[in-house]
Amino acid sequence: MRFGVVRFPGTNCEQDAVHALRTMGFGAEYVWHQDSDLSGFDAVVLPGGFSYGDYLRSGAIARFSPVMSEVVRFAERGNPVIGICNGFQVLTEAHLLPGALIRNKNLKFLCQTVHLSVQDSVCQWLDAPKGTTFAIPISHHDGNYVCSPEDYQALCEGSQIVLRYCEPDGHIAPDSAPNGSFENIAGICNATGNVFGLMPHPERVVDGVSGSTQGRAFFEAIAQRFN
Amino acid sequence: MKNYKIVVTGKNGIFDPAGETSKNALRNLGYDGVESLRIGKYVELETQDDVTGAQVEEMCEKLLANPVIEDYRIEVVQP
Repeated sequence: MRFGVVRFPGTNCEQDAVHALRTMGFGAEYVWHQDSDLSGFDAVVLPGGFSYGDYLRSGAIARFSPVMSEVVRFAERGNPVIGICNGFQVLTEAHLLPGALIRNKNLKFLCQTVHLSVQDSVCQWLDAPKGTTFAIPISHHDGNYVCSPEDYQALCEGSQIVLRYCEPDGHIAPDSAPNGSFENIAGICNATGNVFGLMPHPERVVDGVSGSTQGRAFFEAIAQRFN
Repeated sequence: MKNYKIVVTGKNGIFDPAGETSKNALRNLGYDGVESLRIGKYVELETQDDVTGAQVEEMCEKLLANPVIEDYRIEVVQP
């Protein structure tokens, strides 16, 4: 299993992602944003950070990087792509996922551990029963997910909502999302489940140094498909 | 050269936390009559003469605005 981890100017979580994946025993290499060759990779990671300084809108300029045309083709062929934090923003700007991520409701940059409730979804990246909870860190300024009522209906009908913010006991309250995300949405996937975007950072809780290994589940399921 | 002024604002119904907070700040300053305040982006664009209005529109659709959450209006600056 070999992951390609894309580096845009301003990306700052690519080393965490490569470290996490190698810790789990997978191959992981950096892919420069000017490259347009993803051959040899089984999956692509768009990591967190501030690509192009978040100028204009988060992910807006990264989406037109040379590598992104290839990432779109890679995803459209059914290959696995995960976008974490800024990577999620890039995926929405590239229209690989619906909706958009706007400024957090309280205007604050949020850096804290959140609780997530796994939903019944077609996502290929996460194989955990509905209602399973995870405690995963977030670190973002623009994580407030919004989408049109039509998109929300399609997400629900297609079982594309993967994660919702919840309380520590797993209960989903109206204000469980610290960033104000619509319907507590923390992560969604495309209709075929191979493209997954989420605001939390599972790669930061893989090796145990930061106090938890709960992030492993977010990379194990996809890896099993390649064994 | 052609010059354009482009204003990008959040679509109606899209929560604008910066606008909302600034509105509350004005009310706290005693401006009780403030009803609504929305914050957007302002772009000044200069192009060569052969760039068409349709292309400027396309620039807005593709990059300068995100049509999922934002509206834009283009004003041609008369020389």
